[in-house]
Amino acid sequence: MIKVEAVFWLIGILFVAWAFLIARETTHPKRWGSSAFWGLLGLCFFYGTWVQAKTAPAWILGIAVLVLVALASTGMLGDGKSKTTSVEKRTEFAAKFGNKLFIPALTIPVVTVVVVLLAPVLAIGGKPLIDPANTTLVALAIGAVAAAVVAVLILRPKQKLAPVFEGRRILESIGWAALLPQMLSTLGILFTKAGVGTAVGILAKGVLPAGSLLAAVVVYCVGMFLFTVLMGNGFAAFPIMTAAIGWPVLVQTFHGNPAIVFAIGMLAGFCGTLCTPMAANFNLVPAALLEMKNKYGVIKAQMATGVPLLGANIVLMYFLAFH
Amino acid sequence: MLVLIGVLLVIVGFAIRLNPLIVVTVSGIVTALLGGLSPVEILNAFGSGFASSRSVTIFVVVLPVIGIIERFGLQEQAKTLISKLAKLTAGRVLLGYLLVRQATAALGLTSIGGHAQTVRPLVFPMAEGAALRRYGSVPERVKEKIKGHSAAADNVGVFFGEDIFVAVGSILLITTFVDTTYGLHLEPLELAIWAIPTAVIAFLIHGFRLLRLDRQLDNDVKAALEEEKHAQTATTGGNA
Repeated sequence: MIKVEAVFWLIGILFVAWAFLIARETTHPKRWGSSAFWGLLGLCFFYGTWVQAKTAPAWILGIAVLVLVALASTGMLGDGKSKTTSVEKRTEFAAKFGNKLFIPALTIPVVTVVVVLLAPVLAIGGKPLIDPANTTLVALAIGAVAAAVVAVLILRPKQKLAPVFEGRRILESIGWAALLPQMLSTLGILFTKAGVGTAVGILAKGVLPAGSLLAAVVVYCVGMFLFTVLMGNGFAAFPIMTAAIGWPVLVQTFHGNPAIVFAIGMLAGFCGTLCTPMAANFNLVPAALLEMKNKYGVIKAQMATGVPLLGANIVLMYFLAFH
Repeated sequence: MLVLIGVLLVIVGFAIRLNPLIVVTVSGIVTALLGGLSPVEILNAFGSGFASSRSVTIFVVVLPVIGIIERFGLQEQAKTLISKLAKLTAGRVLLGYLLVRQATAALGLTSIGGHAQTVRPLVFPMAEGAALRRYGSVPERVKEKIKGHSAAADNVGVFFGEDIFVAVGSILLITTFVDTTYGLHLEPLELAIWAIPTAVIAFLIHGFRLLRLDRQLDNDVKAALEEEKHAQTATTGGNA
């Protein structure tokens, strides 16, 4: 059976391979810091298997995570800008391959969906081939590997490992931000352990008329929106509002379908991202990039979409999630 | 209630533009201490939190394939396709881009576009070019509006497209968080499917606004020309 842990090991192997490539590069501006960061991150993916199975102490991984944060935030990490093709060369290739370039990209979702659909019937000796608990993730990893093979077959790069080298280029351009989603997720778990959601829940119950489903949906979605405006991203807002309202009120009291409640709740947060200068990458950086006079010009253009869309999410959640 | 200081720390930390990793880590530690967790419990929480949220980082498995097709001109090919929109009006150029951006993001191809990759070099110049053809000259105020809407089309497209792709951070953050905290078992695909209604409505709302943008620009250009004429008569009046 292909378990989800195999997928995490694949990620770990990629990180370690990239760390090795960086360490080999003598001209890299932050050779050892970068190599240590990605290598340690890869090892954390392996070690996490035993932490998850509760056969190894979690605090060791906790220390490793803090070391990663320390490396990333003290400027030990840099972008080696690994070699790739020039714009001229790429334009030439684009003319040659044309829309065939989209085939590998389309392979990912197509294979993923096919594997997910086939998973229930794929079995060897009565045992399912694909971890039934994490079908989508395993299917996605299979899709990604298949797509890389398809890409190599269509494009015929000189080195068969070119996808790995090019993956490193993108990873290094993302840099420490690659770790951020996982840290935000961890923060959500810490917040919940410490009782932040409960505290917000007590505050929210003050404004929430008991027994009103509509009021609860509005408070959850508007809360996601406001916390996202304040923090600049929905990721940090989600655990707070979900622990406060989403889970105890919408799912437990009103028996909402959790997948619908949470998916739409997150999107209500995204409406907030359209309206906040705190999401600098999306709203302020482009204003600078386009040399706009009003640095809030992008937000101005987005407000009239973000606010009605928040309303639409409230309506969608109210009518879709509760039956 | 004291634990809410942690939320405040996140807000302040992000507001003064500290490195987000530091903000997140420090406010996590402070909140946990306020919530009465011991140092070892905090380290354990970081460790088990990291282990159980590894799926959020699954985007890494698609980097090699995206990287190789970029090497062979994916972005250049996308630009060729988008530049076929060039014969339209400003509002329709942006509507076409919104559609392309949202559809490709839904397939996980978020790296095709972006403010630096496509908006600045391609989308804004094309929208501006369309306005130039229509009005002869484009007043500064109208140019500002086109700039704002060029960046907005990119953001709306990517935000409300990417959630349909299963390997995106926000979907996996949801499954990780609720699976760990509440012992649920949600499949990323279930969540991705329920992102579709909002995606459609986002396209309808923003698309409608972009269709109306051309008429607004007509009025803005007319108003700007009037203003200029007034300013001119005012100066000639002053001279006399």
